[in-house]
Amino acid sequence: MNMNLNNCETCPVHNAGNLKRLGIDMRSFDFVVALAGNPNTGKSTVFNNLTGLKQHTGNWPGKTVTRAEGGFEYSNSKFKLVDLPGTYSLLSTSTDEEVARDFILFGQPDVTVVVVDATRLERNLNLTLQILEITDRVVICLNLIDEAERHQIKIDARMLSKDLGVPVIPATARYNKGMNELINAIFEVATGKFACKPYRIKSNSKDLNYAIEKLSKMLLEEFPALPNVKWVALRLLEGDQSVIDSVRNGELGKIFLIDQNTRVVEQAV
Amino acid sequence: MKSENKNTEAILSSANNLRWEIGEHFHDTLMESIYSNASSIAGRSVTLPSEKETTNWEKTVDKILTSPFTGFPIMFLILGVVFWLTIQGANVPSAMIASFLIDTIHPALKSFAAGIGLPFWLAGILIDGAYLAGAWVVSVMLPPMAIFFPLFTLLEDFGYLPRVSFNMDSLYKKVGAHGKQALTMAMGFGCNAAGIIATRVIDSPRERLIAIITNNFSLCNGRWPTQILIATIFIGSAVPAYLAGIVSAAAVVFIAVLGIVFSLLVSWGLSKSALKGEASAFSLELPPYRPPRVLQALYTSLVDRTIFVLWRAVVFAVPAGMVIWLVANVTIGGESIANIFIEWVNPFAFILGMNGVIFLAYVIAIPANEIVIPTVLMLTVMSLGLTGVGAGSGVMFELDSAFATKDILVAGGWTLLTGINLMLFSLLHNPCSTTIYTIYKETKSVKWTIISTILPIIMGLVITFFVTQFWRIISP
Repeated sequence: MNMNLNNCETCPVHNAGNLKRLGIDMRSFDFVVALAGNPNTGKSTVFNNLTGLKQHTGNWPGKTVTRAEGGFEYSNSKFKLVDLPGTYSLLSTSTDEEVARDFILFGQPDVTVVVVDATRLERNLNLTLQILEITDRVVICLNLIDEAERHQIKIDARMLSKDLGVPVIPATARYNKGMNELINAIFEVATGKFACKPYRIKSNSKDLNYAIEKLSKMLLEEFPALPNVKWVALRLLEGDQSVIDSVRNGELGKIFLIDQNTRVVEQAV
Repeated sequence: MKSENKNTEAILSSANNLRWEIGEHFHDTLMESIYSNASSIAGRSVTLPSEKETTNWEKTVDKILTSPFTGFPIMFLILGVVFWLTIQGANVPSAMIASFLIDTIHPALKSFAAGIGLPFWLAGILIDGAYLAGAWVVSVMLPPMAIFFPLFTLLEDFGYLPRVSFNMDSLYKKVGAHGKQALTMAMGFGCNAAGIIATRVIDSPRERLIAIITNNFSLCNGRWPTQILIATIFIGSAVPAYLAGIVSAAAVVFIAVLGIVFSLLVSWGLSKSALKGEASAFSLELPPYRPPRVLQALYTSLVDRTIFVLWRAVVFAVPAGMVIWLVANVTIGGESIANIFIEWVNPFAFILGMNGVIFLAYVIAIPANEIVIPTVLMLTVMSLGLTGVGAGSGVMFELDSAFATKDILVAGGWTLLTGINLMLFSLLHNPCSTTIYTIYKETKSVKWTIISTILPIIMGLVITFFVTQFWRIISP
């Protein structure tokens, strides 16, 4: 590694002065960033680090039941950050999981940060893979890396990033470590500097693959702008009432046509 | 709304057909592929330590904290220590704040008001009513909260609370409620309104309603001071002095545990009657133990909880103080409104081992439980026509020590039985107005809001009735 001081000074990652915490000031913003993840992985801690707000945090799964919003500015771009309730899956129907799912699906954040627990990576990947089905632009915050080290768990972040096709940033949010790198990754994904090639779930069931393919085709004919058609098809197969409704009344098509800055997130959620 | 569209209907109907083709195990197939995909990705990048290297102290601690044998005793012990520290630690600062706000500032305000020629009723409402109510709430609530909340936050930060839920989970499942109700119950110990919002984590509407209705059985911090004060002066003083602190702490823990028992009983009753159904399964992940960050815990518990709750209490106490002053000073036919009510309710209250003063105090204190005790004291003094205590008729006051408080109450006819019944009634009565409003917002149902409000009162009346009758039979 090149430890030349001059390089560090010019490198945006190490320039913490680039970060301006805006708290609840979100009058105008360029990008919407959603914070998702399993319960108790430190989403609210990351949220507080980035926005300078003081959302209550605790070692307690299920603490955040509604969305919290805050803002920050980095490299002259304003970001609106939305802290979502922790969920294990997007496939069930409790209120808190619906809040998270609807926001990622209908709110169409520019970037979704998935905060994962490095000590329980495999379990956390279940949700991550589901999110990668819904949206392309994802950054993984590999949090609690200090705890993983204490348990002698080693994680090859580069390998993980290559496999998932999105940036993976090791972090210890409790002690504010890795936050600059995280912000930079969010910035790069939001502006398209980093092109994500998200991993898609591979199913062994031929029937299922056929059904998804057929439905996706039909959906794309009706809603050509739909970015996550495979996931919508899956939900239709599952008989998800809210997705059925949004297909029936055409909401599904409208949501993705509205201009980014004027779209009303609240409406969908 | 768009009119029906042929294409979308075609999509939906083919989705229906395909659903039949792929069969009912489709959801399982999907979950399986997600799990196996996740497993293979994790396998490529994660290197786990060999079995020997894993530090197992966490497992050992978990075994002790969540064991069927030691789990509950340790839970009671930890709760007991927290209350004991709160009771012991809060006395001195409470007295100091009270003597400053009430003995120094209050007379100064009075003479200032007299100096600028304020009419007596305006000075009464503002200074003897509003100011004293606010001052009392600050002096009585600030010290215990400044001790209790940081301790509670440290336990939370360390990761103990999910273990409590884990212990309680099987009990809640047995009574037909959701295991996560244990979590919302624990939140209710801080504030019932917060606990009710937290029930959003429960998926099934049936179980969520049960959790909402029974949350009131968690003693909230507005009721801790009442419990602590009454336990100190009536139960603590019934035993030798060196045991007083421990016995009063134990009495408070007993009431708190009784609240948990009631929440289980009522959950059981509801799930067998109006809200019939099976308990749904859920997974509760025990988070790792983390070293608590002491400074941060102090900061968040003081700023986010203590100041927040205190502010709310003051906001509600100020108008209530005005109301108290008015009912004590506005007279109809020579008798104050307060006295008329008290005498009217007294015979009924006697059957329940309490008195009209307590009932009037609970009516006035609907906005905030915190002001029950000062209202009780003021009304007692007034209805007895005591002179030379406090600052006269219709004035809320703080007495220098718990024993002076006791003197007043004993003069008002209070006995150990009245104390016990007040503690029970403080556990079992209607939720405060904020909580009632929150219940309505969360359930959107007038019916369930009314049930959640009335049910605990009925239980409180029934329980105190039986306790009183039993007491009068066994005591000579």
